Amino acid sequence: MSIFDLSIAAAAKALKAKEFSAVELTTAYNEAVAALNPRLNAYITVTPELALEQARAADSRIADGSATPLTGIPLAMKDLFCTESVRTTAGSSILEPFIPPYESTVSAKLKAAGAVMLGKANLDEFAMGSSNTTSHYGAVENPWKRLGSDAKLVPGGSSGGSAAAVAARIALAATGTDTGGSIRQPASFTGLAGIKPTYGRCSRWGVVAFASSLDQPGPMARNVEDNALLLNAMAGFDQKDSTSANREVPDFCLALGRGVKGLKIGIPREYRLEGTNPEILALWDKGIEWLKAQGADIVNISLPHTKYGLPVYYIVAPAEASSNLARYDGVRFGKRVDGEDLIDLYERTRAEGFGPEVKRRIMIGTYVLSHGYYDAYYLKAQKVRNLILRDFTDAFGSVDAILTPTAPSAAFGLDEKMDDPVTMYLNDVFTVPASLAGVPAMSVPAGLSAEGLPLGLQVIGRHFDEETVFAVSAAIESAAGFSALPELRAK
Amino acid sequence: MSLDAATVRRIAKLARIRVNDEEVSTLQNELNAILGYVEQLSDVNVEGVEPLSGGAQMALRQREDNLTDGGMADKILANAPDRIGNFFAVPKVVE
Repeated sequence: MSIFDLSIAAAAKALKAKEFSAVELTTAYNEAVAALNPRLNAYITVTPELALEQARAADSRIADGSATPLTGIPLAMKDLFCTESVRTTAGSSILEPFIPPYESTVSAKLKAAGAVMLGKANLDEFAMGSSNTTSHYGAVENPWKRLGSDAKLVPGGSSGGSAAAVAARIALAATGTDTGGSIRQPASFTGLAGIKPTYGRCSRWGVVAFASSLDQPGPMARNVEDNALLLNAMAGFDQKDSTSANREVPDFCLALGRGVKGLKIGIPREYRLEGTNPEILALWDKGIEWLKAQGADIVNISLPHTKYGLPVYYIVAPAEASSNLARYDGVRFGKRVDGEDLIDLYERTRAEGFGPEVKRRIMIGTYVLSHGYYDAYYLKAQKVRNLILRDFTDAFGSVDAILTPTAPSAAFGLDEKMDDPVTMYLNDVFTVPASLAGVPAMSVPAGLSAEGLPLGLQVIGRHFDEETVFAVSAAIESAAGFSALPELRAK
Repeated sequence: MSLDAATVRRIAKLARIRVNDEEVSTLQNELNAILGYVEQLSDVNVEGVEPLSGGAQMALRQREDNLTDGGMADKILANAPDRIGNFFAVPKVVE
């Protein structure tokens, strides 16, 4: 067994038992990053020296008995989290150069727990995308391959660098952010577990903003337990985030062994979309059987406004983005392209600094918020968003959790689905409703497609009931016994 | 509802993004495809439904309007593309 096969829990145990040091673990990962990242492009910025410095500090903590389960654990940090003195790009050229003089709350909490940062993970530009192909720093390659094919596949997005890094074992785990599926869909595409916590559970402070009413940081890791360990450290009230939830954070690890006996699991009929890949539906049925076999009650439910999730999302998210991204004006930080006057400076800076997908979304957002169209688009979308929330609230009156597929397909080719933005948006059809409602949702690897690619199932829970999400996800994980590994990985 | 080229130019102006003719025509097609897709919301009856603005199921917190932070001009200006003393510098705005 190689050092790269260890989960966070196993590595923490080995560190404590002095089987190897944090410096040895980090050195192994630094070397793996150096060997594989040039091909995968999972990291935009690598920080091997910083990682070693943090590993040395971790070894001291392990020696003096003040270690946490994350002390000495090498992580990839999505490059949307501002990290003090380490370049932060958000995958955009408009932040070139930007060196934050402060640390995001979530990354600061991980630092305080003693975690090691290997580098800043690639992502779709400003987290806008489902394939990690919109990054200014280039596409990320999925370490998984279709059987008998060498075609390059996408890792999903927007947290595609995080996903590829963890799957290829050039990070033990990673942070992600999820606005409409950006943790769950890449987790599904790369055989990982990843949770979008309840909106408000993890602080958004210091995370480059995309759509503030939807953005939520969360972990991505090789198994459900590692997610619980990470979320324990990442979650918690933060005065600096106006929508941070002032609530106790339970020990999520304690929920893992609860089992599903007697739990009511909802199966929403509207997720059985016409034309959905039969493999995905078959896996979903398997998931239902696994939970039934472990004593859960399966309940057919209806979430009637499901199909309006994506259209609502593609009004609300761009509207918020157009407002959030107004700050990139070439004046206070980042890129500046000089112009004839101030307006010209803004226009040239933003024309050169933003990529095509970001421009599209800013334009849509500007339009739906503009005079004369606000009511027809934005206000209407906000009302339908309320109906989507109501669907979930009604459903959770009779069920404890909901089981659905995570994504409508397995990972697709780097050169597929590029021409039409709307087709690309359909990737998030199963993940967007939970984002709009603000409820927690986790993707768990559950099986392989006929082509040998990982597929995930999604578990959705009540607001602030990540514990049930963890319990159900752990039950699926143990029944699925997913042990397949990607072709490209550190060994 | 379909956007014409002039509207696309107007949106770009509002968004402060410079666009050339070729980009206007591409954007026009893409934006119309997206607007066509979201058109299905007109099927939903929202009579009497309140708009939902956020994912947080709570009222926003308030606090006393006190000075709680500051005195870090150098940190704030550290990433400025251009500065003069403790100010961000821009091209002349007022003649």
